Amino acid sequence: MNDITEGLRAAFWLLVSFDAELWEISLRSLKVSLSAVVIACAIAVPLGTWLAVQRFAFRRTVIAVMNALMGLPPVVVGLMVYILLSRSGPFGVLGLLFTPTAMVIAQVVIITPLIASITHQAMRELWAEYHDLLISLNTSKWQRVRTLMWDGRRALLTAALAGFGRAIGEVGAIMVVGGNIDHATRVLTTAIALETGKGDFALALGLGFVLIGLAVCVSLVTHALSQTERRGRW
Amino acid sequence: MVRVLPVELRGAVVRRRGRAILGPVDLTLAGEGLTCVLGPNGAGKTTLLRVMHGIERLSGGTVGYGLPEREALRRQGFVFQAPIVLRRTVAENLAYPLRLAGAGRADAARACADWGGRIGLGAVLDQPAQRLSGGEKQMLALGRALISGPDLLFLDEPCASLDGRATAAIEGLLRAARESRTRIIMATHDLAQARRLADEVIFLRNGQVERHCAAEAFFAAPQSAAEEAFLKGDILQ
Ligand SMILES: Nc1ncnc2c1ncn2[C@@H]1O[C@H](COP(=O)(O)OP(=O)(O)OP(=O)(O)O)[C@@H](O)[C@H]1O
Ligand SMILES: [Mg+2]
Repeated sequence: MNDITEGLRAAFWLLVSFDAELWEISLRSLKVSLSAVVIACAIAVPLGTWLAVQRFAFRRTVIAVMNALMGLPPVVVGLMVYILLSRSGPFGVLGLLFTPTAMVIAQVVIITPLIASITHQAMRELWAEYHDLLISLNTSKWQRVRTLMWDGRRALLTAALAGFGRAIGEVGAIMVVGGNIDHATRVLTTAIALETGKGDFALALGLGFVLIGLAVCVSLVTHALSQTERRGRW
Repeated sequence: MVRVLPVELRGAVVRRRGRAILGPVDLTLAGEGLTCVLGPNGAGKTTLLRVMHGIERLSGGTVGYGLPEREALRRQGFVFQAPIVLRRTVAENLAYPLRLAGAGRADAARACADWGGRIGLGAVLDQPAQRLSGGEKQMLALGRALISGPDLLFLDEPCASLDGRATAAIEGLLRAARESRTRIIMATHDLAQARRLADEVIFLRNGQVERHCAAEAFFAAPQSAAEEAFLKGDILQ
């Protein structure tokens, strides 16, 4: 019990004194996950919207595969990315294993299906609403996609936030491909796992608070977005 | 001259779930003025308008215009039975067709201010369109269809949810559009309105065009028991 109160006090002190290590790890975490979200959105948002607007032969199959990929266990994704990037793997020459780039790649693989799926869901709804009007106005495919993405921008932001939430809290894949190397690939989740294992609760709890803070921010913003949606504002 | 005309349907059939919901219809739409499509619920009025507009998949037959199809569609407007508004402001809704056609921001804004006034929504131009009442949405949809000055305008029961004043406002806009040579085809249940506005009538029943004639002739001399019953407001079998 004493350990924990002591840990809490130390964690609080680390936070308010802007401890260098805590700061570095938090920033790296943000950098990795934000990069992953940006890249994943660049792939998933057009893909999800396209799937909502375009009819083609294997559309249902693609959607089913996308939904299935959402359930991929992160550790397995980590393993696959590890194999691809390891020295004997097809992309071994790039020397990316145990770098933040490898972690970004793993997170992109994990969250792209999630973002694409949420996007598709929202865009399908909006497309059902707009379909007749956009057909009647003789819009091109590209104009349709652009209109849907613009008018569905709150839903897209919600999708991106969901992706970010998943990425920042994920530990299995980045542990495997990043290796949790001090000053190189150590991020919030892997550091917490390590410090807890070592019994150093101060840093683990401090990092935990940062992680919780980020998660709360994400859900607050998501909630605010659904509010503006309902009021038809922004 | 309204170049998108004539609209020609040749043996047009729409079949859904094994049932013919329209046709076969042979119909030529030319000339000027306003045509009312009349008929009981489920007669196929909406389907006929969509076919003429070129947005309903045909199961048989053809629809043709005085212009190549893509060009023809660009010169038409359609106001749906349940108004569709974009999740944007009223002004952005009005500007949408203009911006699609490549109009500049300033030109679009000027046209919006003008049309916002004409449809009675000048004071709410920067409000989200979803917040408008049903009738206001209907006015917005009409304004958005008229703003690009279509040759051919389809209206699917535009006054179904409107009070007398809004109906009068819409009729005013339609008269003005007719003056400026827009050919109008309107489905309606409102016989009094058809009498006020129609130059020509298409009477539909069970997916068939039962009569296509001048409005005076239609109202003066019903040719079948079904027409007579419809005009008297009886329930049609
Ligand atoms: N996609 C569809 N699948 C099956 N049936 C359909 C479909 N669309 C329309 N119908 C049927 O076709 C018939 C004609 O429909 P339509 O909407 O054209 O009628 P309407 O004359 O516009 O009726 P209302 O006055 O109620 O608007 C209706 O019986 C309707 O149920
Ligand atoms: Mg109808």
